[in-house]
Amino acid sequence: MSKPQDSCYHCGLPVPEGSHYQLEILGQKRNMCCPGCKAVAQAIVDGGLSDFYKHRTENSATAKTTVPELLDELALYDRPELQRSFVISDEANIKQAALILEGIVCAACVWLNERHVGSLPGVLEFSVNYATHRALLRWDDSQIHLSDILREIAAIGYIAHPFDSGRQEQLYKKERAMALRRLAVAGFGAMQVMMLAVGLYAGEHYGMAENMKQFFRWVSLFIAIPVVLYSARTFFSGAWGDLKRRRLGMDVPVALAIGSAFAASLYATVSHSGEVYFDSVTMFTFFLLAGRFLEMGARQRAGQAAEELVKLLPAMATRLTNSGEEVVPVGELAHGDQLRIKPGDGIPADGRIIAGQSSVDESLLTGESLPIAKSVGDTVTAGTVNVESPLDIEVEKLGEETVLASIRRLLDRALSEKPAIALVADRVAGWFVGGLLLVAMLVAAYWYFHAPAQAFWIVLSVLVVTCPCALSLATPAAMTAATGSLTRLGVLTTRGHALETLAQVSHMLFDKTGTLTSGRLSLTEVRPLGELDRKGCLRIAAALEQASEHPVARLLAQQVVAPPRASELVATPGQGIEGTVEGLRYRIGRSGYALTGSGYALEASSGFSHAVLATSEGRPLAEFLFSDVIRPEAKASMQQLQQAGIELQILSGDQPQVVAQVARELGITAWQAGLSPADKLAAIKQLQQGQAVVGMVGDGVNDAPVLAGAEVSVAMGSGTQLAQASADMVLLSGQLTHLAKAVMVARKARAIVRQNLAWAILYNLVALPLAAAGFIAPWMAAIGMSTSSLIVVVNALRLSR
Amino acid sequence: MDILYLLIPLGLVLLGIAVWAFMWAVKSGQFDDLEGPAHRILMDDDDPKIPQNKPDERLKDGPR
Repeated sequence: MSKPQDSCYHCGLPVPEGSHYQLEILGQKRNMCCPGCKAVAQAIVDGGLSDFYKHRTENSATAKTTVPELLDELALYDRPELQRSFVISDEANIKQAALILEGIVCAACVWLNERHVGSLPGVLEFSVNYATHRALLRWDDSQIHLSDILREIAAIGYIAHPFDSGRQEQLYKKERAMALRRLAVAGFGAMQVMMLAVGLYAGEHYGMAENMKQFFRWVSLFIAIPVVLYSARTFFSGAWGDLKRRRLGMDVPVALAIGSAFAASLYATVSHSGEVYFDSVTMFTFFLLAGRFLEMGARQRAGQAAEELVKLLPAMATRLTNSGEEVVPVGELAHGDQLRIKPGDGIPADGRIIAGQSSVDESLLTGESLPIAKSVGDTVTAGTVNVESPLDIEVEKLGEETVLASIRRLLDRALSEKPAIALVADRVAGWFVGGLLLVAMLVAAYWYFHAPAQAFWIVLSVLVVTCPCALSLATPAAMTAATGSLTRLGVLTTRGHALETLAQVSHMLFDKTGTLTSGRLSLTEVRPLGELDRKGCLRIAAALEQASEHPVARLLAQQVVAPPRASELVATPGQGIEGTVEGLRYRIGRSGYALTGSGYALEASSGFSHAVLATSEGRPLAEFLFSDVIRPEAKASMQQLQQAGIELQILSGDQPQVVAQVARELGITAWQAGLSPADKLAAIKQLQQGQAVVGMVGDGVNDAPVLAGAEVSVAMGSGTQLAQASADMVLLSGQLTHLAKAVMVARKARAIVRQNLAWAILYNLVALPLAAAGFIAPWMAAIGMSTSSLIVVVNALRLSR
Repeated sequence: MDILYLLIPLGLVLLGIAVWAFMWAVKSGQFDDLEGPAHRILMDDDDPKIPQNKPDERLKDGPR
């Protein structure tokens, strides 16, 4: 009844040949790729939650086989000294903690977690925020311990990291709630005032009792007061800040327009004369606040990336003392402490190796997919992972002094900085406002001498009609709409200028590893060199590599189901492994290591990562070649970009043969290989001197300076945090096709901004002379101002479709 | 048209209630996650309780 599937039902990875991990889910036998996925699926089915598989829209993350040691480590989370940093105790036994959940890919994951954890006795509340992947947990400590809950979450295939929510999260939440309240007051107010305004306009035309008109005005005033004093306060305080620093920003004209229109309307209402503009005031406030709210959402989402860095650090460390080893919370470590780091453990502090030899996985910081060999005297960085064998280190830098913390600060700063182009826009606005005020003063002076009675109302209509509303909405409205539609695609815009610049890009440069390729190694070729055939070599290699944590080893080990057992294994960190399989002794590893003691030598294979299997005398049996596979969607995306008239180029630090191969497959003619980050930067500078607008797409820490050097930079979502911090946009989805899409949206946004600006300027050019000449009644000015703003907003909304 | 002197203040009271309700919703965290609830409503918690969806009977039906 069940067809053999070639991909794992749980995580979607290919199932190795002859796999026997099967489970019945939703009435069918399903194949699984590994015992980890099977255990997780079993836990889900046993909990009566198999509907999860019906509802989910993405494959789940591959489950790791839960090592008993790892589960023991969770028990450490119950210790009060560790809980102090992230747990709040409400009452005697009621505790509360915030968790970052890893592995959430779709809404069904949220459902699964809430149902499973919520049903545990003693859990009072467990709610997952789908947008941020954060969970709030409240539990009764007398019935269940935190470690039990974390263990249950691990059982259904997710990883929960407790984190200190105090720092940023609270701030974000407050900021968001504040913005929402302001928006609501402005929105409700605008609706009500607009309703009354329609009555007043109709009254103007058909006639209206004076009492009723005054009543309408007073009610409008009453509603507009909270809108101006509460909702629009951000504009006033922003403008005040600008003035104190002696410059004219965009907040100044906005505050001026709102302030003067409100003051004039207030005067008109009290003195029973002139015209009121409460409708324009409230509606304009509402539009601007809505734009800022959406912008804030995008910024906060990018900012949460910084918070995720905490999960890189382990919570506990093993300290070496005179009497032996002790396990302590990382927060209690001091400089000069000696720590033992077991294989597979994260490194809690920056330090120097004092004993041991191993390799360290630095991929989270550098994007380098292979671990780096380290021995006594080398430095290690907090947040990296020890791979092969135990290391003893001496702590040199802790907490805020670590490289990891400085990256987080960089990220924070990058997000709070205002981009250069936005500053230019502000300056232009400044000139515009200056000019406007000058014109208004000239008009005032003229009318004061010719018809003093009308002077005030004419000047006011000049100010209102030329209110830079449409102008100040033109760009943000279009940008907000475009940013919103891109965010839905998984393309995050973290800098204001990114879209504008992306639309002008003439050259797009790509890093190779992790950008055009997936950044994951896969076995591409097996070359038998001796008497054993392909299959036999793979069997022995898999047997030898079973126990190793090295990524190349993991790949080889997965190639064969149930390999023979290897015994008497001797590992040389960073080199390879020797062992006995079925009575014969073999070596596997780097060619230098595997072939020692024999006359054989292999010519360096062109840039591929490789491993050599040999007999213990050093006679080669097989060579395994590994390479990075090209992303499946890369080719189509490159074609789309080329069709859009963008020149593509690959800048890679890798070897020429490999780069040439990738370039050929993707149809890219220009490529440079073997470049250092400085070379890449020089290549960009050279292009820029030729009037090119350069976009750079990359992923690693080594790309960070290059990304910063390009006019607009895009980081892959799977890349390192530092790369994302220095990039203007992040491809969270990891889909290169969305990059082509982003270029299209950016170009359309630019077209719409131009239309909007043209309209706003045209409107002002026509309206200003008419108002100055006294031809425009103030109520016409109000309608004109509102419609011109509305047209700009509606035009921008075309982008979000 | 004198009725407007009553109806408009009445409208203002309703406006006040609407603003208050919104503030309450913000405070109680209903706007913290704008994406999740839209999906959550599609997940049927009561699925196993519907007769034809009972797990044991589903096996008899075979896969659909």
